[in-house]
Amino acid sequence: MCGIAGIIYKGQTGDIGREMTRMLQAMRHRGPDSTGYALYGETSDLVIMRFTLADPTDHRDFDFSERLERNRRKVESRLAKLGATIDRVQGESDYAYRATFWYDGELKPLADFVEDVPGAEVLSLGHSLEIIKDLGDARTVSEQYRLDDFRGTHAIGHVRMATESDVDIAGAHPYWAYPFSDVAVVHNGQLTNYHQWRRRLERLGHRFQSECDSEIIAVYIAQLMSDGLSLETAMKQSLDDLDGVFTYLVVTENQLGVAKDEMAAKPLVLYEADDMVALASEEVAIRAVVNREIDTYDPYEREVLVWNR
Amino acid sequence: MTETTSPPAVTGRRVDHRGLAEPDAQAPKIATITGQTAEFDAAGLSPRLINLELRRLLYIEGVTEVTIHNPGAQHSIAVGLLLRCRIRIDGSLGYFGCGLVDGPEIHITGRVGWSVAENMMSGVIVIDKNAGSLTGAALRGGDLVVRGHVGARTGIDQKGGTIIVGGNTGSMTGFMMQRGRQIICGDAGPGLGDSMYDGVIYVGGKVAALGVDCVEAEMTPADDEFIDRKFGIYQMERPDRFGKFVCGKKLWNYDNLEPNERKLVL
Repeated sequence: MCGIAGIIYKGQTGDIGREMTRMLQAMRHRGPDSTGYALYGETSDLVIMRFTLADPTDHRDFDFSERLERNRRKVESRLAKLGATIDRVQGESDYAYRATFWYDGELKPLADFVEDVPGAEVLSLGHSLEIIKDLGDARTVSEQYRLDDFRGTHAIGHVRMATESDVDIAGAHPYWAYPFSDVAVVHNGQLTNYHQWRRRLERLGHRFQSECDSEIIAVYIAQLMSDGLSLETAMKQSLDDLDGVFTYLVVTENQLGVAKDEMAAKPLVLYEADDMVALASEEVAIRAVVNREIDTYDPYEREVLVWNR
Repeated sequence: MTETTSPPAVTGRRVDHRGLAEPDAQAPKIATITGQTAEFDAAGLSPRLINLELRRLLYIEGVTEVTIHNPGAQHSIAVGLLLRCRIRIDGSLGYFGCGLVDGPEIHITGRVGWSVAENMMSGVIVIDKNAGSLTGAALRGGDLVVRGHVGARTGIDQKGGTIIVGGNTGSMTGFMMQRGRQIICGDAGPGLGDSMYDGVIYVGGKVAALGVDCVEAEMTPADDEFIDRKFGIYQMERPDRFGKFVCGKKLWNYDNLEPNERKLVL
């Protein structure tokens, strides 16, 4: 089933970490397997990289901690080799990390070089995007990564009921649009031409972290945007290019967009106020942050909507 | 299934290990009862507790009119009520609201999510604002009135009764409809009446595209009389004209043609 949610503030910031947790927790019945966030803080000169060196389901053998520590140092040394000046690398859990560094080169070789370290997986790269995802419900993940204090302008989130791929971090949403900075996607649905698009995008040099069809959307949209299309135009084109049933949310550094397939087969409820927009698979998630009677509506089939922060 | 008291979704409630089901919940007995009427505030109550309180009032206390305040867009409220009564829901509901009912008159002042009034057998449900997709799915009888817009697949598999929509409706409205009527005051999305077997759909606005085997028919005085009567009951403003859409009865189930012959017919 899965549940998706998004929130964007217009011209101001909000407690997006706490609010997204409330929204996702209100929809925990839609997906108990994993929870993920794409949060946008203030834009920084630094590059922010979220990465993992193991999966929570990995076997904890006797040198697990030492191996991860070795691999963490390898990541730091590889960043330095590519010319990055490291600000700090923090452990967010015993396998997830947040690195900040100064770097003005291409992101693709950097991500590839980091992921060449055994067990390493780059969850997000950008100047304001931070993707946090792990197993369990929103409250569990939020407490583990201390997301209640995260302030920012916009966010999307996802609760996952695993269907076509494993219950692990790689299968959890949101997906970063490797190798494009600050683009992420959450998706509710199923793409039926996934393998076709995966082969096409792999031929263009993109790599995929998972076997999950939703990852295609992130890379597909970012590829069109890098070809010069606006987010809205790229999303409209996706309605013809992507087969299947879907409602997906895309976020960039400054925008949040939603698209629905031609059958409007997957739910989405939308609330728009002067200062913010909130949307989710169920109204009960919106009511978790706007606790009063509100006017909401369901976007129709083939509808694409985009908001600026 | 292992049950535990930790972590409860709301303090004081015993829930299962997922924090969702409440296996031994009791009606909270918080309603104010005055003669045949009662009201209670649903803020902070789970759907199960709201429904237990509602059923206690209707089936045990013998109340015939209930007002529920602050339903909080929660799911599956007021389902399976098989008696004549009046319910006012002061706010919005989530998914599967008022399904499988037989007899009640329900007024919802807010909006509703997907699948409101699914399988309703008789009664009246009036919604003041918008409704999500699958509104009135498999409706069997009674009147379902949405004053705002509705989502996709309105009245899918409808088997009777009347659905009235004050605004627009989405794609595949009346999909596989078998009987009953729909009155849509605004526009209809693509696939209107797709694969319908029987029944009638009136549309006051534009139709994006007809579905398979759905055709336009001529309005008759009886159609106008029916629409006027319904609009009088629910005090709705009638659009200038309606188009009438019915089943063309040319699908395979109406003949014994071979597949390539069917293609020619369609």
